[in-house]
Amino acid sequence: MDVAQLKRQLIAFTELLYREGFLDEQFNQLQQLQDENNPNFVAEVVTLFFEDAERILNELANNLDQQSVDFKKVDAHVHQLKGSSSSIGAQRIQRVCIIFRTVCNEKNVEGCLKCLQQLKHEYALMKSKLETLFNLEQQILAAGGPPSI
Amino acid sequence: MKRFDDGGIMESRSRTSFLSGKVPLRWWERIFVRISLIHDHYDQFVGYKRVSKTWLKKLLYSWVIGTSIISLGIFIYMTSQAVEKRKDTLVSMCEERARMLQDQFNVSMNHVQAISILISTFHHGKDPSVVDQRTFTRYAERTAFERPLTSGVAYAVRVLHSEREQFEKQQGWTIKRMDTIKQNPVRKDDYEPETLEPSLVQEEYAPVIFAQDTVSHVISLDLLSGKEDRENILRARVSGKGVLTAPFRLLKTNRLGVILTFAVYKMDLPSNATPKERIKATAGYIGGIFHIQSLVEKLLQQLASKQTIAVTVLDITNQSSPISMYDSNSSTSDDGLEYISMLNFGDPFRRHEMRCRFQENAPWPLLEIATSTGVLVIALLLGDIFYATVNRIAKVEDDCRKMMELKKRAEAADVAKSQFLATVSHEIRTPMNGVLGMLQMLMDTDLDVTQQEYVRTAQESGKALVSLINEVLDQAKIESGKLELEEVQFDLRAILDDVLSLFSGKSQEKGIELAVYISNMVPEKLIGDPGRFRQIVTNLMGNSIKFTERGHIFVTVHLVEEVVDSIDMKLESAPGNTLSGFPVSKRCLSWSKFESINQEGMKSPSISSLSNLVNLIVSVEDTGEGIPLEAQPQIFTPFVQVDPSISRTHGGTGIGLSISKYLVGLMNGEIGFVSIPGVGSTFTFTAVFDSVCLSSLGTCRGPPIYSQSNPSTTEFRGMTALLVDPKPVRAKVSRYHVQRLGIHVEVIPDLNYELLTVANCGTMKFDLVLMEEDVWSKDPSSSAVFMNHLKDKNHGVAPKFLLLTNSIGSSRMNDGASTARQSNPAVITKPLRASMIAASLQRVMGSSNKASPRSGVISRLALQNLLQGRKILVVDDNEVNLRVAAGALKKYGADVVCENSGIKAISLLKPPHHFDACFMDIQMPVMDGFEATKRIRVAERNFCSESQLGDVPAEAGREAANWHVPILAMTADVIHATHEECIRYGMDGYVSKPFEAEQLYVEVSRFFASERN
Repeated sequence: MDVAQLKRQLIAFTELLYREGFLDEQFNQLQQLQDENNPNFVAEVVTLFFEDAERILNELANNLDQQSVDFKKVDAHVHQLKGSSSSIGAQRIQRVCIIFRTVCNEKNVEGCLKCLQQLKHEYALMKSKLETLFNLEQQILAAGGPPSI
Repeated sequence: MKRFDDGGIMESRSRTSFLSGKVPLRWWERIFVRISLIHDHYDQFVGYKRVSKTWLKKLLYSWVIGTSIISLGIFIYMTSQAVEKRKDTLVSMCEERARMLQDQFNVSMNHVQAISILISTFHHGKDPSVVDQRTFTRYAERTAFERPLTSGVAYAVRVLHSEREQFEKQQGWTIKRMDTIKQNPVRKDDYEPETLEPSLVQEEYAPVIFAQDTVSHVISLDLLSGKEDRENILRARVSGKGVLTAPFRLLKTNRLGVILTFAVYKMDLPSNATPKERIKATAGYIGGIFHIQSLVEKLLQQLASKQTIAVTVLDITNQSSPISMYDSNSSTSDDGLEYISMLNFGDPFRRHEMRCRFQENAPWPLLEIATSTGVLVIALLLGDIFYATVNRIAKVEDDCRKMMELKKRAEAADVAKSQFLATVSHEIRTPMNGVLGMLQMLMDTDLDVTQQEYVRTAQESGKALVSLINEVLDQAKIESGKLELEEVQFDLRAILDDVLSLFSGKSQEKGIELAVYISNMVPEKLIGDPGRFRQIVTNLMGNSIKFTERGHIFVTVHLVEEVVDSIDMKLESAPGNTLSGFPVSKRCLSWSKFESINQEGMKSPSISSLSNLVNLIVSVEDTGEGIPLEAQPQIFTPFVQVDPSISRTHGGTGIGLSISKYLVGLMNGEIGFVSIPGVGSTFTFTAVFDSVCLSSLGTCRGPPIYSQSNPSTTEFRGMTALLVDPKPVRAKVSRYHVQRLGIHVEVIPDLNYELLTVANCGTMKFDLVLMEEDVWSKDPSSSAVFMNHLKDKNHGVAPKFLLLTNSIGSSRMNDGASTARQSNPAVITKPLRASMIAASLQRVMGSSNKASPRSGVISRLALQNLLQGRKILVVDDNEVNLRVAAGALKKYGADVVCENSGIKAISLLKPPHHFDACFMDIQMPVMDGFEATKRIRVAERNFCSESQLGDVPAEAGREAANWHVPILAMTADVIHATHEECIRYGMDGYVSKPFEAEQLYVEVSRFFASERN
């Protein structure tokens, strides 16, 4: 595949992500922060986010598994996740977090579990989408294209 | 006399009928009042209508029947009254006649009795008798007037059979009998007494010896031989009183008459004498003949009312067969009205009566018919009027209800329309945002020039569409009354600057001068709805700029009190004395109709100063083509434009002004305009805002939304500038803007004049010279001289020189021209705004690396300038956030240290340290941002007090006395985070996560920019 085609594909894919609400303006800003000094900035941040998110999801699952759920802790975790997701512009995750927090404030274990399920789902989706995106970028780089979009 | 009587009756009748008509009238009025009362409550009773209709019908029927009965009653009453009256009349007339007849009869009778006494005295009492036939006749003739009813008197003497021969001898004639004559009544002409048979032998005789001439034929007749006479004589001598015969045909005349007979006695008899004594004492008999018929006729003629009543006189001694004595023989009325009055002729044996009848029938009771018919007609008319009125009322009410319903429906339709408009507009807006967002993203991709042009056009159109939809939405909101104003604090000057910059491109294109002047009296901060205020001004300015091809657009803001008080405001608009020199329409005319201003003059000024209200008056003056006079009255009507071609040439829907008018109304203001075609228009509106109270910030709440007006106003404080401008109005505007930066401004009209005044005001030192471009281009050389002069005055330091220019084109040209010049004037392009001037000044004054924060690119550059090499600590527990924030700050060249907890931050920020600033997340586990900041501030304070004691090494390189590291809060929760809260915990401000370049710049520049200077 030649660079131009890959590039078109990348643009189309990114646009799709924006349109379907996976990403928002913040991701765009994040990309703008990436420059020569910081060539892998986006990837780094996103990886960090994935690690963080996975950790939080595990913690949440643990928390909600217990007999008496510590809603305060759950809320703190969800807040964390919300903050990170908004930082990278993962809009859909952020939205689920907002719902999660309200459910959590109502001390609704059932709802929390449902939200957790949804979070996991969204997370997986996001992860796959972003991985595709990075793969595309890597391909462009490998094909000799410019490093950033 | 009778007619008069009738007239009187008629009058009294009509009066009574009128009175009786009055009673039902009042009754009717009462009912009407009651009905009208009921109708007043009509609306309260649902379904009352049907009830009232049947009720009304009943009332109407009963009214008709009732009034018919009443009028019938009136008729009957009046008729009976008339009959009664008629009867009365008859009675009185009849009685009158009867009494008269009776009186006259009695008079006659008395006189006949007198004659009897005369006879008894002079004939029988004297011997020889002194009365003979001749004497008697003469006496009777001469006293006939005393006996109006008698036709004659005669005297018969009592002769016993024994005395007959002697008597006959004495008299010379034989006693003749009378009864034969009766059978063969004879005429007077051939009446021969000699032919009469001598009387038969009787026990006694009563021959007539004396007779009045009229009855002389009865002399020698034996009265006892006549049937009626004999009866009479016998009764008379027994009773001693006058007695009457029944009516009978008289001798000779053969007419109906009665004979009155008195007995003459030889001696005076006692009143209680027995009949026998009386007979024995009888000497003769005197008789009076009464011609009743002729006599009654004479009498009635005397009364002269013979025509109206018919009189019959009857002898009713024999009840079964009354004998008519007199009959007037005329036709009588058939109404059966008859009156009988008894007559007493002094003879107890005979009874007479008089019957009276009206000759004519009673006249038709026209008066009664007319009266009762009139009453009936009036009553029916009243009923009709009443019925018609009630019907009419009902109809009107019906119509009214129908109209109310229609109105309700129309209103509902209107609401539905507004609702529809609102919904549709809203629904269009949402996808439009998507379109615009995508276009924006498209712009950021790799596009060639043509594509970029297309995208930009598409975006412009989309924006235009959105703004149009917003307008329609506003209109819909206005129509449904849902438009409400916000109450936030804002900076009026900043808003006007914004609006100005919005139009600056267009005005520069057209070469129009755009200027804003805000009076110093207008407070810095106001509370109101900045968005709507801005909308009004934008609308007016947008209109102005559309229709103006040359000259200027000038926005002025004053307090209403100011405008009212100052006279020079009104003189200001003298011809030629305007911003661009073009004539304008008189501004004060545009508010001449404002009520508030007209009242303001009378009100005491203390009212507005007591309250916190600020009454602003804003004028937008242009030198455009003006509004045609015929279109002026409709200018504020929605969707009306001056003429349809306008929308083709200039676009727009024509609802801007109507929205503006409504918004002004919401702000308790008024809007007006004056426009002269070909000269220009001036729109003026007033608006009432709350002023921020003067007490501390904490008590006066209000989100500081428009607080970022001038990031560097303090920078130029204390400088002095010289402004060269020949036009006073324009100079005033320029001075206003420059003064906003804290620069003192002196104005002079031209360069030559200046030489003198500068010499005069000796020590004045100018840091800046601002010159209008037209002054400069007119005479560049003299301005160079002027500059040199100033340089000399300033002890060799040349003041900074700036040109104020109107359009980009000319400034570029000047740029090119002036590169060769020593003074190298910097250019400030109008419209003037404080921030623009500040940016230009910064460039000129050396801090030129600073750019206006207006556009994103510039602010990013500016940020880079600010943050370059700064050491910044970022504290956030969230690894991702931390990395992103750090990345963003690094991008602007800052030296970033990351930390993930508040406690570590405290230890790092323990003075002395080398950090220039700290960004801290508020929500952190273990220790949140506020707490950490509090502790850092405590540590700093301790350090400060220590340093004052001299314990701290000076190598820190800072003024230890006020060690204060700027700490900015980072929060995602923009809505709840408030500036005040951050300040309370010792922070210097807050930025929202994720960073926005502009906000970051604003916050950071607050403490870094001043440092740089």
